[in-house]
Amino acid sequence: MSRIASAFARLKAERRAALIPFFTAGDPSIEATVPLMHTLVEAGADIIELGVPFSDPQADGPVIQRASERALARKVTLRKVLEMVTEFRRSNATTPVVLMGYANPIEAMGRQNFAALAHRAGVDGVLVVDIPPEESEDWVRTVKANELDPIFLLAPTSTEARVGQVARLASGFVYYVSLKGVTGAAHLDRSEVAERLPRLQAVIPLPVGVGFGIRDAASAAAVAAVADAVVVGSRIIQEIEGSTPETLHARILALVGELREAVDSARVV
Amino acid sequence: MKMYDLPDARGHFGPYGGVFVAETLVRALSELREAYEAVGQDAEFQAELAYELKHFVGRPSPIYFAKRLTEHAGGARIFLKREDLNHTGAHKVNNTVGQALLARRMGKKRIIAETGAGQHGVASATVAARYGMECIVYMGSEDVARQSPNVFRMKLLGATVVPVESGSKTLKDALNEAMRDWVTNVESTFYIIGTVAGPHPYPMMVRDFNSVVGKECVVQMPEMIGRQPDAVIACVGGGSNAMGIFYDYIPHEKTRLIGVEAGGDGVETGRHAAPLSAGTPGILHGNRTYLMQDEDGQIIETHSVSAGLDYPGVGPEHAWLKDSGRAEYVAATDDEALEAFHLLCRAEGIIPALESSHAVAHALKLAPTMDKDQVILVNLSGRGDKDLNTVSRLAGITL
Repeated sequence: MSRIASAFARLKAERRAALIPFFTAGDPSIEATVPLMHTLVEAGADIIELGVPFSDPQADGPVIQRASERALARKVTLRKVLEMVTEFRRSNATTPVVLMGYANPIEAMGRQNFAALAHRAGVDGVLVVDIPPEESEDWVRTVKANELDPIFLLAPTSTEARVGQVARLASGFVYYVSLKGVTGAAHLDRSEVAERLPRLQAVIPLPVGVGFGIRDAASAAAVAAVADAVVVGSRIIQEIEGSTPETLHARILALVGELREAVDSARVV
Repeated sequence: MKMYDLPDARGHFGPYGGVFVAETLVRALSELREAYEAVGQDAEFQAELAYELKHFVGRPSPIYFAKRLTEHAGGARIFLKREDLNHTGAHKVNNTVGQALLARRMGKKRIIAETGAGQHGVASATVAARYGMECIVYMGSEDVARQSPNVFRMKLLGATVVPVESGSKTLKDALNEAMRDWVTNVESTFYIIGTVAGPHPYPMMVRDFNSVVGKECVVQMPEMIGRQPDAVIACVGGGSNAMGIFYDYIPHEKTRLIGVEAGGDGVETGRHAAPLSAGTPGILHGNRTYLMQDEDGQIIETHSVSAGLDYPGVGPEHAWLKDSGRAEYVAATDDEALEAFHLLCRAEGIIPALESSHAVAHALKLAPTMDKDQVILVNLSGRGDKDLNTVSRLAGITL
């Protein structure tokens, strides 16, 4: 069983939703990235989503754009991100790591080459924002052949037919974008999520996570009540922006710990 | 030769093009594709478009024999397709009229656009005013500074100009920001992309709306000289004016099609905006095409004296025409373009856009290598009023 499948199996037995924090690799610094991954695990992260910086992050709001620009200024390449995952795996063999990014750095490395190197580094899943199902035939084959889970996005605008298409292609989990907009946008439509999630879960034989627009304990709890996973990104990056190297560990521990509690409280019956 | 019928149903030109976008936009793009396919068959829409192009834009634009320029170059006769005479001063309006009519048909009342030199922004603001729509134009803050006359024109026309501060603060970043707006306001908003790039159906649709340029030439050239030209030359940034004039010439195999990219300080210096001449294929802004990128797949900053060519990608159909050999792509440097700019001003009494000056520059290089009875047709895609500040600064002239 893959690390992602094992993690969700364990969570299901414990009747808990997964907490998936996101941050951009190389931000606030290259040296801080792997320790930050360990901090997230310590604070209760079930899966880590690591952003691969790209010069033109079209689906991202200002917070993740800035993180991407800071990482690129430090010359964080896709190759470098894979090295960070390799280092993380030296002391953590169980927490799944999902890379999230854009197609072009992967194209530049070569899809086959990337998939093989990512697997060897200990990456578990890959979410490429700008490879939607219609352009993914070869992509899905390549990543699955290298024992990686292709993670796909669904959106409030996705038709029933596309939900079915994603259900057939995806493995690991499916990521529902909770709003029309970019990452870190202001308001999550809780009633839309509560209404849509059960319909998605009925069709998709995988866990369904929700992200984009989850900013605090209350919205995390609301999403955890209906979703299989809660993804938090921009809010974590804002905490990173507000930290010094000395305070980073404690502040992330506190923030993610609070989100963890909120996610767990949502399922108490 | 097999009839040219690209793109395929999924928007591919061979290995290029496609729909590489986030899931949130997929539905909007399929709705757009369906609406566009429907108006293709709709006589009423086509009649309205033809009426607008004639009475609002001022089409057909003339072809002009540049006699003194020809004498100066010494060789093939040089003709100019006068897209600079269109309302708003460039070919861009051919496309914005088409897309605005489509937006109206789809019931969208808010339009957004990205712009580099400001010509597409002005053309979008113009049609928004003409059809009573709200218009938001995203423009890199660098471009806002170097194209201030066009910023003022957009404001006069009632548009809101939003300076984009992210990334390199130029056209590519304006496009990113417009995409972000579209994702957020996808139900109310129509995104008028200004060039033959972006996800399908944009490269096809923008080409089709601009193909009126080549359609006219195919009729006008035989009327003027009894035959088609030996070469058609157009500048290429994203490539909309070039696709517009090339498209109907693709089946005319004896006519060479030559796209001129922005060579900046020289392609060998790396400071340029010539992805077809010196780039590699990749994925950006919704399609696969040639890009200016580093070995890690990050998009690199481009350089050109002309804001409208300062773009690291190029329309996927150009990528295909290059690989298939049907079109050739070369580059002209900033200095060559400026020289052509001044020459056209003095030899013909025409102030060309700096973008179009790149095409003129290549015509000046090519003409002397050809016979005097041969013919070059240059797409003079825009007029140069917007560039007066740039040129005066470079020439040391105080306005």
